[in-house]
Amino acid sequence: MSVATGAYAISFGALAVAAGLSIAQTCALSLLLFSGASQFALVGILAGGPAGGAAAVATSTLLGVRNMLYGLQVSRMLDVRGPRRLAAAQLTIDESTAVGIAQPEAAAARYGFWATGLGIYALWNLMTLVGALVGDAIGDPRTYGLDAAAAAAFTALLWPRLKSADAFAIAAVAALVAVLLAPHAPAGVPVLVAAAAALIAGFWRRAHHDPAPPHHWAGEGNRDAVGEDRS
Amino acid sequence: MSAWATVLLASALAYVLKLLGHVVPSRWLDGERTGRVTSALPIALLAALVGVQTLTDASGRVVLDARAAAVAVAIVALVLRAPFIVVVVLAAAVAAGLRAVGMA
Repeated sequence: MSVATGAYAISFGALAVAAGLSIAQTCALSLLLFSGASQFALVGILAGGPAGGAAAVATSTLLGVRNMLYGLQVSRMLDVRGPRRLAAAQLTIDESTAVGIAQPEAAAARYGFWATGLGIYALWNLMTLVGALVGDAIGDPRTYGLDAAAAAAFTALLWPRLKSADAFAIAAVAALVAVLLAPHAPAGVPVLVAAAAALIAGFWRRAHHDPAPPHHWAGEGNRDAVGEDRS
Repeated sequence: MSAWATVLLASALAYVLKLLGHVVPSRWLDGERTGRVTSALPIALLAALVGVQTLTDASGRVVLDARAAAVAVAIVALVLRAPFIVVVVLAAAVAAGLRAVGMA
């Protein structure tokens, strides 16, 4: 897991600098935002031009909504107050939550959460800096295919989530609508509109067809959350 | 919005969401509908990002270039269960290679 996290952070650092952020801004994102998919989305949209700032913030924030549900699980697990609660909130991401709730005993769950969260936080920030320095050194990102690397990174983030026909349908509608809208809307906006359209279409379809399975964290979802799926 | 404002605003909002999960009463977030929206939201957003980043240029026009070839190779790598870094580096190499030989 640590190798995967390190590699992922290096790609983020390089792509953020390629998108036009400074090294300091890139590192600030990893220190303060600390949620991988949101960070990738933010710099991916900023790469289309600084005018996409508002849409970039909106997309990043919507991708962070699931951390709120993780927070619910983690707060039950940790039962902490005060400054430690504030720290626990910052460390509430896919991996730390998944490792914590995978433990059968309360003490192991707490240890799993803190060890994973702190370990990833340190590694994520160190490797972001390395990636930013590399990105800064290599010049024009297109020569090295970094724009394609960004598209591939989003594909790799999406991949483990395409586990059902519903998920696949939502993804297909979202991608199609975003591409069709792109020539007619400012940078970043097609992504938001397409996601909204796909969610509405997905839930309409489900409401008129089969009943929903229960939403849960345990079981096979956990392995992906730890091994492939990142915040 | 300046780059710093974008960075700091996105960070503040991300933290507010994380903290809300820790402090609001659990019944506010525990519904089945909430869970469904929360798991579908990243799928829709990431798929839209894949579409835009792969198939449109800086002005929003639909183009088929080295990036589409790179993402196709990335998908093959994902089907073969390649790790994240292999997928990303392979995609970059494909795009860089195609551009170096003037094919895209």
